[in-house]
Parts: sequence; structure tokens; C-alpha cells
Amino acid sequence: MTQSHRINGGLVSRNQPVNFKFNNTSYVGYQGDTLASALLANGVKLVGRSFKYHRPRGILTAGSEEPNALVELRSGAHQEPNTRATTVELFEGLEAKSQNHRGPLKYDFMAINDLMSPFLAAGFYYKTFMWPKAFWEKLYEPTIRAAAGLGRLSGQEDPDSYDKGFLHCDILVIGSGPAGIAAALQAGRSGAQVILADEDFIFGGRLNSETMEVGGESSQAFAANATDELAAMPNVRLMPRTTIYGAYDHGIYGAIERKTDHLGSSNGKPRQVLWRIYSKRAILAGGSNERPIAFGNNDRPGIMLASAVRTYANRFGVLPGKRISIFTNNDDGWRTASDLAAKGAQITAIIDTRDVEPLGAFKDTAIIMGGRIIDTRGRHGVSSITLRNGQTIDTDCVAVSGGWNPNVHLTCHQRGRPQWREDIAGFVPAGEMPIGMSVVGAANGSMTLAASLNDGHLFANKIAKELGFTPSRKSAPKAEDEAAKTSAYWYVKESTARAWVDQQNDVTVKDIKLSHQEGFRSVEHLKRYTTLGMATDQGKTSNILGLAVMAEVSGKTIAETGTTIFRPPYTPVPIGAFGGRVRGKDFKPTRYTPSHTWAKENGAIFIESGMWMRAQWHPKSGETHWRESVDREVLATRKSVGICDVTTLGKIDIQGKDAAEFLNLVYSNAFGKLPVGKVRYGLMLREDGIAYDDGTTARLAENHFVMTTTTANAVLVFRRMEFVRQCLRPDLDVHLISVTEQWAQYAIAGPNARKLLEKIVDKKHNISNESFPFMACGEISICDGTPARLFRISFSGELAYELAVPTRYGDALIRELMDAGKEFDVTPYGLEALGVMRIEKGHAAGNELNGQTTALNLGLGKMVSKKKDAIGSRLSERDQMNRDDAIKLVGFKPVDSSKSLTAGAHFVTKGKEPTMAHDQGYMTSVGYSPNLKTSIGLGFIKRGDQRIGEIVTAFDGLRGTTQDVEIVSPHFIDPEGERLRA
Amino acid sequence: MIINHPLLGPRDAAEFVYLGDASLMNRPDWQSTDAGNQFYEYQYLRDNPAGELRELWYHEQGDRSWLVVTRNTLTHAISKVELARDVKLQEINSKTKTTAAAKKGKKA
Amino acid sequence: MRYSALKVFKEAMTGHKGWEPVWREPEPKAEYDVIVIGGGGHGLATAYYLAKEFGITNVAVLEKGWIGGGNVGRNTTIIRSNYLLPGNTPFYELSMKLWENLEQDFNYNAMVSQRGVMNLYHSDAQRDAYVRRGNAMIMAGVDAELLNREQLQKECPFLDFDNARFPIMGALAQRRGGSVRHDAVAWGYARGADSRGVDIIQNCEVNGFVMDKGVCKGVTTNRGTIKAKKIAVCVAGSSGKVMSYAGMRLPIESHVLQAFVSEGLKPVIPGVLTFGAGHFYVSQSDKGGLVFGGDIDGYNTYAQRGNLPVVEDVCEGGMALMPMIGRARLLRMWGGVMDMSMDGSPFIDKTGIDGLYFNGGWCYGGFKATPASGFCYAHLIAKDQPHEFAQELRLDRFMRGHLIDEKGVGAQPNLH
Repeated sequence: MTQSHRINGGLVSRNQPVNFKFNNTSYVGYQGDTLASALLANGVKLVGRSFKYHRPRGILTAGSEEPNALVELRSGAHQEPNTRATTVELFEGLEAKSQNHRGPLKYDFMAINDLMSPFLAAGFYYKTFMWPKAFWEKLYEPTIRAAAGLGRLSGQEDPDSYDKGFLHCDILVIGSGPAGIAAALQAGRSGAQVILADEDFIFGGRLNSETMEVGGESSQAFAANATDELAAMPNVRLMPRTTIYGAYDHGIYGAIERKTDHLGSSNGKPRQVLWRIYSKRAILAGGSNERPIAFGNNDRPGIMLASAVRTYANRFGVLPGKRISIFTNNDDGWRTASDLAAKGAQITAIIDTRDVEPLGAFKDTAIIMGGRIIDTRGRHGVSSITLRNGQTIDTDCVAVSGGWNPNVHLTCHQRGRPQWREDIAGFVPAGEMPIGMSVVGAANGSMTLAASLNDGHLFANKIAKELGFTPSRKSAPKAEDEAAKTSAYWYVKESTARAWVDQQNDVTVKDIKLSHQEGFRSVEHLKRYTTLGMATDQGKTSNILGLAVMAEVSGKTIAETGTTIFRPPYTPVPIGAFGGRVRGKDFKPTRYTPSHTWAKENGAIFIESGMWMRAQWHPKSGETHWRESVDREVLATRKSVGICDVTTLGKIDIQGKDAAEFLNLVYSNAFGKLPVGKVRYGLMLREDGIAYDDGTTARLAENHFVMTTTTANAVLVFRRMEFVRQCLRPDLDVHLISVTEQWAQYAIAGPNARKLLEKIVDKKHNISNESFPFMACGEISICDGTPARLFRISFSGELAYELAVPTRYGDALIRELMDAGKEFDVTPYGLEALGVMRIEKGHAAGNELNGQTTALNLGLGKMVSKKKDAIGSRLSERDQMNRDDAIKLVGFKPVDSSKSLTAGAHFVTKGKEPTMAHDQGYMTSVGYSPNLKTSIGLGFIKRGDQRIGEIVTAFDGLRGTTQDVEIVSPHFIDPEGERLRA
Repeated sequence: MIINHPLLGPRDAAEFVYLGDASLMNRPDWQSTDAGNQFYEYQYLRDNPAGELRELWYHEQGDRSWLVVTRNTLTHAISKVELARDVKLQEINSKTKTTAAAKKGKKA
Repeated sequence: MRYSALKVFKEAMTGHKGWEPVWREPEPKAEYDVIVIGGGGHGLATAYYLAKEFGITNVAVLEKGWIGGGNVGRNTTIIRSNYLLPGNTPFYELSMKLWENLEQDFNYNAMVSQRGVMNLYHSDAQRDAYVRRGNAMIMAGVDAELLNREQLQKECPFLDFDNARFPIMGALAQRRGGSVRHDAVAWGYARGADSRGVDIIQNCEVNGFVMDKGVCKGVTTNRGTIKAKKIAVCVAGSSGKVMSYAGMRLPIESHVLQAFVSEGLKPVIPGVLTFGAGHFYVSQSDKGGLVFGGDIDGYNTYAQRGNLPVVEDVCEGGMALMPMIGRARLLRMWGGVMDMSMDGSPFIDKTGIDGLYFNGGWCYGGFKATPASGFCYAHLIAKDQPHEFAQELRLDRFMRGHLIDEKGVGAQPNLH
């Protein structure tokens, strides 16, 4: 294929041809092209279909505001739906497909919707599809769903990686058009740390699209030279292909930098980088976007924004048509005419809506002042236009200029609310700007070249000075202001055919009028009812036009009508970029216990427990079912001795002469009189009286305690204790430090636990039952001088200890214990066996401390001391938390011991229906007790402590089981606690 | 958001954990006659102003300071950052002084 | 005017000249029987049910901006009744039943789409907690289903079953859950209320209450004083501000919840999915956008915008759960101001002031409650008795110690 519409000039590299495919047809473009410019160069006009009516769509713009030319880029897992052809840099081997059609693009089966359009007016779906009722779910909605949507996701995992980063600067300049580049130059020259970001792949913005002069050179050359000067400044970071997508609090900006999108493959490099930019000041130089004029059938391919036609000609060396006509309401449209004429294009007509003197004369060009296009023809691309007087003009490209909208997007992200400016017929930034933001150039309503350059230059000087830098004395680049008179002309009232406002979502002038007729008159109602501006372009080309039409039919001014505001992001950002590296196994950090390596070597099965990986059980060869292993671990521990890594428990070191008083405040039970060398079980409440956490605290010295918390609450308890220490009682002398990771800790449990320990505890420490009884603790040494702490506490109900050593000895200690324990047949046990033994013993854990239960519910009511102040004690006294029929923690056994209990089952009195009114409580934890040879459970049931022996029904309708269970004491094993005192 | 930590300088708010209104520092006296009501109000009722709010942030990914941050809930502008500890100590000290002064007054 | 396919057809043939405004734009009268403050989903529903179910039509809905501009216009459109606690479940189930008949009831297609809600679980303990909840639902007459890994994989093959940091083990499903076209809910209720005589008054901001010997007898607004026998506040998000005019402090903080929508995509996600090991939930709208969200930002605010840490956190959750969405683009993000209550549950109650009623504290779950909230609030206003399904939603429950704390995180609003 030849490039039928390519002309000379522009910034593409003619010596670097690039092969690409669109809808499986091969084409050639040049390095420096966008997909859009290359398609236009090859005479491709029809590139997609609209959302609702499946109307043929061509390229409207030359930038990120494009509503029409959306393609599925790349293939397979790399497929990227809804990609704007106008921003895709051409690369060798590029493949793109049009989207949202059934059958070939040219003969889209869904185009039937266009014929149905009278029935599909704005909001039609709210008024129908209601009968018969069942049809909505079964027929109407699936049909609508299948028809809706634009491009397709591949359904496969995104194969690319994304990075995140943080940048800091004095001045962030957003946009590199005339105002931005002038600002960046002056800011850079002042010595400030500057970041210049632009979404385009070259700097210069519209300077590259124009043929104007700046500082005696062409605007394109000026942009290139200025870029070189900036690149040479070490204090300036140039960020092309970078969109500042959002303005956030305190000068923080979100930016997305496209690293490899312009290449055939990312080659394992991050595709994009999501930056958070911390700026002292920001200069927004976002320029302005041209808007169309609405007229009959103004949506045909080949009807484009005039500025875009100019861009394709001047920057890319492409003439989008052979016979171009111009429709304008302002002076700028004429510049398109003169630029194109200079490139040798045939301008068939210039139609200016204004009754003013023509701004130029062209050979063989019909000039119609006060003219209107009322209709167009051409099935897959415009072929002619019809004027108000009935005159028909053949044309294959209509360049439309409806005036320019300052790009106020980022100024709306916080409290800014744009204000109408009559003289430029556009909204300019107003209200409170984001902290530190200044707006310059066209974005602020300075619509001409010299004004923009000056604006950027002066603001940069001012800001540099405010930040303490010395502005350079260089003057602003010299340029002339172009003719820029405009008029507020929005749509051709004489058109009877549909006139498009939002081309992607198919919103027409008639829809807006209907919206008004039906009372949807505020701009927000208009937007929501008609979907105006809700497409992928956020209405950059359509919003103002739409609300101008609304203003006109309401008989209000545009200022009175107001405007919708823009939300981040400026242009859509891949979700993968926001996700960054955080996915798969890297979603959260993984924490390993000190015995992990040893356990892994010995074939342990691990399970996630919060961030931790913990051994779930330790299978022995020959065991085929997890229950085999767990039962063995439980029996062996209760028979001889077992070892479990309990390092994950939170550990908090508490020191200071007021430490005991402090503990008295955070625990519901008293700690003041705990003797040195003793451990006590403690219960913490939330201030609202609900049980929060439990654990043990040991008094190692008069002013030194060490607390354990549950694994799940380690961080939260520490945070809360710091709150108490700093915010409630800074007058107390107490200091806290988390030592969870500093100490490896093992539970050694079972009748032979002491014997095993005696083998490794240094002889100078007497750990006999008499010298080191239940609830004793002490700082000792083991294995000839290794420092350790020993706590005689028991979660399993056996004679048990917890032995802690500095973490670096953790691995050695498990090996040493296993070695020393051989003669006792020592058995490592995992989380499952731990769970079974604690249920057998009736200890509450996370399932019971679920944030909804009180000490009373847990059977720990007596632990809430009334003699002292403690967090939560006062509010735990409220009536409804002390009802006579409060649920109580008890044990459960199946009546038929061959059956298993299930956690989450609810209890109802035997014989009652399982309804909410009969709900008596629920099962929290279950396990199989190999000692009792039955399934056992813990749970809460109303007045449970008074109902021991009663048979109730456990209803688990979710799993389809109902069974009779007996209420028993929660202490299934050794209720008197003889074992742990042995 | 950026919180200007009194000891560490400007830090990203993401390093902090938010608790709420700084009135949570004014925990009632458990022995006062209407302690039940006072604790109810302390725990549950909020001014929830649309404007300046003194609130508690905890520098969990930092130095573990609890801070009292004065921030506008409409604009998010932060006008003051203090160490909660200092705020509370000052309050305790001034209370002690008042009590001491009152006692002195009685003696006199 | 009745909407129907026939009417649409007729209008299409005659150039849509016959459509009337969906609601009138009346001037406020000097006095009403009931003033509802707040023209959001709940306020409009309240007015609708007052008129339709309780025959009270001399009602004004006062809206400071445009109706439907609060949280009904900026949420993630999910409906469900998968609650655990008896104070909540019957109420949300009432709401679900009203959703199921809403379109026929108010003759407006709000596109109630019951494609199911699935809460994923990632550990045995989480499964057990969901089973407890599922059984509570079944006992309250709500549908619930437990899916294991294989069943879930069949329905959602795109989840990261192979490489997840926290294994995806199954889900608690409520098939009757789903989504609704949120704006249409406000418009449908407005239309229904208006046609029964309710005055919907936009751009009318209440700035005080008219108090007479301790009784609330009206409101002052930017459009003058308006009297009424009963004044019903229904301004979730701004409850603290409005109730402060009556000198009341509430068990509520205002927080921002961000929501996100992607560009339109052909259908990829079957229903509503919630991630159990991170802050992420998602559904796909009829138009094709992935509508998703996560946690609240966590600090008190009245600004309808959030910050980046939460944006990233939510997308991280999304990528961890379903890495196929990496190349879908986030199109728009916005924030809604939530009344976060002290136990995560709402209030529909009288206040200590005669004539003044309060509805608020909806946290991030107000949208699904819209019909039941309106219905029960109308009941309370009309009869001065709470509706049986809303009788636990009282302001004094914290004083009594009767908490309705589904998540079990206590009196810290930003954790609910």
C-alpha cells in the first residue's frame, strides 16, 4: 500500500519506514507517526463504531481527547482495549483492530441500532423493558450487556510489569506547549529543581502543530531547541510520555510514565511507571482543546477538528483529505485554511458562521460568511456537505473549529470550579486551586502564542523568586499574537438531521433537548440522563458544547447553567499500573518463623496465618490424611512431649517504674501485685467493653514486664498501648518496645516437657516443680550460656513451658530440642494440633474473640476488676451487655459421636424451627479430639453455663446439615488443671 | 497528604494510622458520679465539624509518635501538628497546678 | 404519565414531543405536613412511601443542590442482604424484596440486576465466619450458598487461583444480590413522589431549624422559612453538620469513600465479587465499565475526593485477585462522603426533640438500603412508631450497650 495522503514536511522520519497492521491489512508509516496519522496517511478513514448506534467513526482529533478512534492494540494476553489511535506511537509490527462491531467493521451487523434510533433516545431504557418482569433478567439485560462495552479484555493475566516511584521537585511544570516550555526554561534557569512532564512523546505541544515563528525560528525548531536547552540542565528532569493524571492534597501529583508502550515488546522492562510527585509548586500549562460545532450528521469519518487537520499536515506530513472544507465560528479556523493551502491542499470551501469580513482569500475556494452546514453525506466517510441555502459541496474532509476550551481538568480535582469567560467563550480555572498550583497560558485563558509564552515566563520567574531562587534575566521568547477572535456559536439550529455532541456515547442535540423537556436540567442531571461526557474521553470535546445547548434551550446563560467538573484521572490509567509490583505472591510481605527452614527440611505443611507462614502439621512418612498427622501430634504431645513454634505471638517489652500501673490500665484484671518471677493471664477490653485480646504478661523484674498478645492483634495491641502511654498517661514512667521479631519462642508441652528442658537448661537454674511452679518465669541460660527466657505457661493444658531465645538462636534451638527430645519421642506439632488441644482445654482464641463478645460471654466476667480503672471496664457495665440471657462460651459434643461438628452452625432449642427468632447462638471452633474420640466444639449459646447436659440442635443449613449436640463444659480435658501443675 | 511531623519533618500521611478526634485524649474519670454517661459521650459522640478538626494520627511506619494534627475537613489544609504527649502533659501539668493552687488557696 | 414500551414506540413515531418533566419544579409552600431534608435516594424514597403507603402527600423534599447528587449518585450500585446480625438482616431483606418489585412498583426501570454477590474466603477461619453469617441469613429467610474452590473456579476462572498470596478457597454467595442503575433509583422515586403531590424543591439549602418551646416546627432555608408538623432529616454524609443546627452531637463521623470505574469493556465479570484478603470489590455495569472500590480513606473529611494511597491499595487488591484487569484502564475516580457510625450500622429514629426525626449513619452501605430506609422512615414519621424491621436502628443503642457491629471492630468509624 502506498501512503496516498502523505505530503512533504513534518516531524516524521522518512528514512525509517514502519510496518503495521490494522484489521489484518498491512500498511507502512514512518517513525514519528501515531497510529492515527499513519492510518490517515494511508487513506484509512473508518476506524471504529460508536457505542450505541454503531455509527461509522473516523479520527476526530490528534490527541488524548479523542472520542472515536479507539482500537484494540496488540494481541493475545497483551491485548489492550479502547486504546486511542491518536496517542499510539507507531512501532514496527504494530497490530491493531477496530472494536465494538459484529462482522466486518464496514458492515457492522449492529448498525441496525442506527435505524432503530428513534426508539433509543436518551433514557429510553428507563421507560421500558419492565414487562413481563422476568424478561429483564433473562432477555433484556443480557442483550443490553452483550451489546454494550467497547473493547475486549483478553481474560488472561497482564503479562507486563509496572513500577512505582516517588519524585520530589521545587516546580512541576505540566504540559510543554508554549506556556509550559517557557515556564520550564525560566524555572530551570533559576536553578530550581524542575520536572517538565508532557503526555506526548516530543515536547512542544501545539508548537509542533503550527507554522508560527518564535524567537525568529519556526515554532517546531524553537520547541526542539528549547528541549535541548532543558535537557542540558542538570536540575531539570524531562518526562515525555508522562501524563499528570491527578492533583492530590498538599502538592502531590499522580503521574503515569509510559516506558515501553512505544516499542514492539517491553522486553521484561516495566511497561509503565506510576509516579507520585511531591512538588512545592506546580505550573499547569495544559493548553486548550478545540471543540466541534454540532450539525446534521456531523459524525461521519472525515469530519475532524480543524486543529487536528492542521496537526496532521504540519507535524506528521499527512493531509487527511484531498478536498478539504472548513467550518468555523472563529479566526483560528482560517489559520487551518492558510496552513493547508500552503501545503498544497485544495480547500473547497470555508464556511464561517459569523457575518464578518473574510479573513483571507484562497484560490478555487468558496467562502461563505454567515454560513451553516446543515447536513452531510457519505456512508463510510463524508463525501459532501449541504449548506443552509441548499448548496451541496463535495468534500472528503471537513475541518471544524468551534472554538477552544481551556484545559481546566486538573484544576477541578479539589475545590476548583471553573468560571465562564465570555470573551473567549470558554471556562477558565476558578475557585480554590490545589495548594501551590498556578495555571498559565491557554489553560488559563491566554489563548494566543505570545501571551502564552509571556505568561509561562513571568509565572516561572515569580514562583522561582517565591521559592528563594534568582530568576534569570533572559526575556521571554518573542512571538506575535495570532488572530483569535471567536464567537459563541454551538450548533446549527437549521439542521433537521441528528447532530452529534458526544460522538462516542452517541448523544445528539435532540437528546439534550429531550433531557431538558423531561426535567433533567442541571448539568449533572443532563450528564447522567444522556450519558454526555461519560465516555472514555470524559467529554473533553463534548461537555461544553452539550451544556451550551442546554443553556440555550433553558433560556439561561452558560454562566448560569454552570459546568460539570472533571475527576481524575486526566486520561485513563491502566489498573495494572496502580497495582505496581503488588500482585501474586508479592501482594503482601511473607513472614517466616525461626523454625521455618528446619520445618521445611522435615516436610512440614505450611499455611498462611496473617502474614506469617506457619507449620500446619508435620506429616510422617506413610501418613496419607492430614487427620492422621494431627491426631498423632496431639496424642504424642499429651502422652510425652510436643514442640510448637509460637514465635508469631506478639511480644511487647514494658519497662519503667510505672509499668505495673500502666498494665493495670490496659488489662481488665489486676497486675499491680504480680510478683517478680511470675506470669499472669491477662484480658484486654476495648473501651466499649468488648473483649479485645488476651495473652500472658510476665514480670521479669520490679520494673520490667514482657507481654504476649495474639498473633493477629500484635500490631494493634502495641498501637493501642502507645496510645494509652502517649495520649492518656504521658505522666507515667513507662516505655514500650515491640520484640516480636527479636525473640524466637517455642512451646514445649507434655508430661515429659520438664525432663526435656532439664537436658538443655544450664544446671545453675533449678526448674523443678517446686522452684519453678506453674506460672513461674525467669531469665535463664541454656546450652552452656545462651541467654533465654522461660515461662511456665500452658495453652495445651499440659505441663508446658514457653522457651524464648534471641531470634538468631531460633533455628539452632529447634534442632537442639528435637535432638535432646529423641529419648522422649518428642513430636513437633503444628497449628492444627495446637487448635485441637486448645479446644480440648476450652481456651478462647480468635474465633471466640471475634470483636462481638464480652468477658461475660467468654466466661471471664470475673476478670473485669471493679476495684480499679481499666480500659473498657466502665462501658462493659451497660444493661444490654449484661442481659440474663447473654450467650456464654461452652463446649459441644455431637450426640452421634460418629458425626462431625461444623463451625458456623447456629443453635436452636430442640424441636424449634431454625429461624432467626429461635437463634440461640453459634459454633465458633471445632476439632476432632483423638483423646475423646469424638468431634468437639466451642461455641456461644444463650445462658450456656446453666444448660450443661442439654441437647440442642446445631443448624448448618448452608452446608445442608442439622444435628443434635450436647452442651458440655468447655474444659474437655483435665478440668481441674492437674496436668499443668504437675 | 503530607504531615509535618514536629520531630521528623514532612512525612507522607500513608506512614500514619488515623484514629479520630483528639477528644479521645480526654478519657473521663472512672469514679465520677455520672461516669457511665461520660464514658458513653467520650466513646461515641463526635462534633464531626465541617472545618478545623484536632485529630490523632499515629506514626506507625516511623517513630511511633501519636500526633495531634489540626486539619480542615473541607480543604484538608493542615495548620498545626503537635506531639500528643506534649499536649497531654501540658494539660496534666496545668491541672496539677490548678489543684495545687486551689489547695494553697484553701490553706490561705 | 405511564411509561411503557408502547409509549416509547408512540413517542418515537411522533418525535418525542409528548414526554413530560419527570418531576415539577414547584416553589416551596409556607407549610407542609412533612418536610424531608435531603433529596437523595433515601429522602426521595421516604417521600414516595409517605405518599404511596401512608397517604401523606403534603410533603416537601428540600435538596440543597440537585436531586440524586449525594451518595445515590456516586456509589458502586451494589445491592445485597447478606447480613449477620438480627438488628440488620430483616431490614436489608425487606430492602431486597422492595428492590425485586421496584420497577413495577414505581413504573421506572432502575435495571435491578440480580447477578449475585460473592464474598471470597481465604482461610478456614474466614470460611467459618462466613458460614456463621450464611446460616444467620438462611434463618432470616435470606438466600445463601457456600461455594468451594472448584465451584468458584467454574464461575470465575479468571481469579488468581494458582499464585495467590492468600489462597482463594471459595465464597459465600447470595444469588439475589446484584446491582442497580443508581441514578435511576433517585429519578424513579422522585417521579413517583412528584406524581402523588410531593413537592421536590432543588437548590434549597436548610441552614437552621425553627424551634418553639423545644419543639421543631420548621426549617430556615436559603429560600425562606418553611414550616411543617414533622421534619425528617435524611442527609447522610452531612448529618453531623445539619444536626448541629439542632445542637445535637451524633455517634457519626464523616469519611470519604472512593469509587472507581474503568473504561467500557465487553462482559468479563459475572456478578459482584469481594476480595476477602484485601480491600477490593468489583462488578461490571450494564454499560461495560468495571465498577470497583475498597476501603474508606480513613480520615474525617467532608470533601468528595480521596487520596492516592487508597487508590493504589484498591488496585493492588484488584490485581492480586484478578490480574487480567491490568490492561483495563481506570477511567474515573471520585469520592462520596459517608456517615460512618460507631458500630457500622445506621439509624432511623426519633430524636430527643419533638417533631424532629433522624435517618443517617449508613456508612458505605446506604445504597442497598434505599427502599427499606425510605419505607421504614416513612413508617416512623407517619405512625411515630418504628417499623418492626428497623426497631433496633436506634440512636440510644450505644447508651444501652446494644451494639450492631457486623465487623466486630468497635467504636472506631474508620474501621467499619
